[in-house]
Amino acid sequence: MSKFLLELSYLIGSITFILGLKMLGSPDSARKGNLVAAAGMVLAIAGTVLFHEKDGQSIGNIPWILAAMGIGTIIGWFMAMKVKLTAMPQMVSFFNGMGGACAAIISLVEYHSHPEGSAGYLLIVYLGLVIGSVSFSGSIVAFGKLDEKIKDFGGRYLTYLNLGLLALIFTVLGIAVATPDMLGGSALWILLGLSTLYGILFVLPIGGADMPVVISLLNSFTGMAAAFGGFLYHNQVMLTGGILVGSAGTILTVLMCKAMNRSLLNVIIGSFGGGGASGAAAGGDQTVREISLTDSAILCAYAGKVCIVPGYGLAVAQAQHICHELEKKLEDKGVEVYYAIHPVAGRMPGHMNVLLAEADVPYPKLVEMEEANPNMPNTDVVIVVGANDVVNPAAENDPGSPIYGMPVLKVWDAKNTIVLKRSMRAGYAGIENELFFLPKTKMLFGDAKDTLQKLVAELKDL
Amino acid sequence: MADFFLQNQDIIYIVILSILLGIEVISNVPAILHTPLMSGANAIHGVVIIGAIIVMGHAQSGDYLALILGFLAVLLGTLNVVGGFVVTNRMLEMFKKKKG
Repeated sequence: MSKFLLELSYLIGSITFILGLKMLGSPDSARKGNLVAAAGMVLAIAGTVLFHEKDGQSIGNIPWILAAMGIGTIIGWFMAMKVKLTAMPQMVSFFNGMGGACAAIISLVEYHSHPEGSAGYLLIVYLGLVIGSVSFSGSIVAFGKLDEKIKDFGGRYLTYLNLGLLALIFTVLGIAVATPDMLGGSALWILLGLSTLYGILFVLPIGGADMPVVISLLNSFTGMAAAFGGFLYHNQVMLTGGILVGSAGTILTVLMCKAMNRSLLNVIIGSFGGGGASGAAAGGDQTVREISLTDSAILCAYAGKVCIVPGYGLAVAQAQHICHELEKKLEDKGVEVYYAIHPVAGRMPGHMNVLLAEADVPYPKLVEMEEANPNMPNTDVVIVVGANDVVNPAAENDPGSPIYGMPVLKVWDAKNTIVLKRSMRAGYAGIENELFFLPKTKMLFGDAKDTLQKLVAELKDL
Repeated sequence: MADFFLQNQDIIYIVILSILLGIEVISNVPAILHTPLMSGANAIHGVVIIGAIIVMGHAQSGDYLALILGFLAVLLGTLNVVGGFVVTNRMLEMFKKKKG
C-alpha cells in the first residue's frame, strides 16, 4: 500500500511539474502555475519521507531530515523575500548552485555507501557528480560576477585550458567506469576537484552580457544532474522533473543565443569582451555632445513620439519608478511614449519587463525589438537609460566587433537620441560604442535615477 | 545493447517523452516571461532533494560521513526548492498587480 501511495504522489508530482511549467508560459496563468508546481513538490517530498522503502526499510533519521528541511526553508524563504528585485538574477543563480551541490553530494554519499556496481551504475554516479559540481561552482561564480564581487578574468589561454580540463574529466570518467580498480575510490575525489575547477574557469571569462545564457545553461545542467539521481534510484518524479528542466532549459538557452545571433559554442568559448577587439581603437579622440537637463526636457516635451530604451543601468540605479513617472509626465503633455525592450537587456532575458512591471508600467507600452525597430525613423526622441551594448551600431556595421551580427535596437534611426550614462566607460561587453559620437546623439551624464528625477522636475516647470 | 534496451524500456520512454515535453512546453513563450520561467524551472529541479532524502533516510547510524553529507544535501536541496518557488512567486506578483 505504501508503495502505491508513494508512486501516486510521484505521478501527481510529475503532472504538476508539466502543468506548472506550461502555465508559467502565459502571463495570466503564470503565478498559478508556480504554485501548482510547488504543491506537487511538497506532495512528492512528503510522499518520500512517509512511504519510501529500500530493501524493506523505511526512511530513517527523520528528525534530522526535518531539521535540515526546516533550516533550509527558513534560510531560503528569508533570502528570497529579502532580495531586491534588481538582484533577482544572481539569486536564481545562487539557488541553482545549491541544487547542483545537492546532486553532487548525493553521488558522493551513494558511492561511499555502495562503491561496487555495474558500469552503468558507476557512470550514473560519476555523471551526477560531474554535472552537479560544474553547476554548483559555475553558478556561484556567476552569482559573484552578477553581484560584481568577481571581475572578468581570462583570455585565449583560458579557453584552451578549459578544453584540456574537459578532455581530462572525460578521460578520468572513462577510466573510472571501464576499469574501476585502477583508480578505486580516488576517482570520485579527482572528478569532484576537476569538475569544480572546470565550473569556475568555465564561467570566469564569460562577460556579463552573456550571463543570462550561462545561468540558463547551468539551470539545465542541474536539471540533468537531478535526472541522473532519478536513474540512480529508479525514481520517476526525479526523472521527469529533472529531464523536463534539462530539455526546457536547453531550449531556453538556445532561444537566448538566437536573440543575440550567436551560437552556444561561441558564447562558451568566445570569452566575450576579453579580447579588446578592433572596435575599441576607434573611440580615441572623437568628441561627444553633451546636453543640459532643460534642453532635454524641452526636446522631449515638444516631441510627438518618445521611446525609452532601458538597460542594466536602470536596474542598478533602481530608476524604474521614476522612469514610469517621466513617461506619465510626458503623456500628460500629449507625447506618445513607448519602451523598446531588447531581448537581452539587463542580466536576464525579460529582466527589464520584470522591473518595469514592478513600477506599474502597462504591458502594451513595452515593445519588443522586432516591432520597435521599424518605428524608430518616426520617433522624435529616444532616451537610452543605462543601456549600451544593445544600442551599439557596431553590431550592424563593424565586422571586427565582437558583437557584430547581434540584432540591436536601431536608435540611431530616430531623429534625436539622448543617452543617460554615468560616464564614458564602455559597456559590459567592454567595447566602445559608436552611437555616442554620432551627430544626432546627445549625452546626459549622471546617475540614471538622479537625472530622471531632475528631468521630471524640469518637465513640471515647463 | 538489446538487453539494455529491453531492461530499461520504460525509463527510455520516460526520458524521450520528457525531453519532447520540455521542448514543447517552452516553445512560443513570450520573452517577457523568460525570466520567471527560468526561475520556475530552477525551482522544479529542486526535486533533486528527494534523492537527498533517500540518501539521508538510509544512512547507517554510525556512518557519520553519510549522515553529515546527507544532512547538508537535504538542506541545500530545500534551499533550492523554497528559494526557487518564492523568488518566482515574487517576480510574478508584479505582473499580477497591474491586472486588478
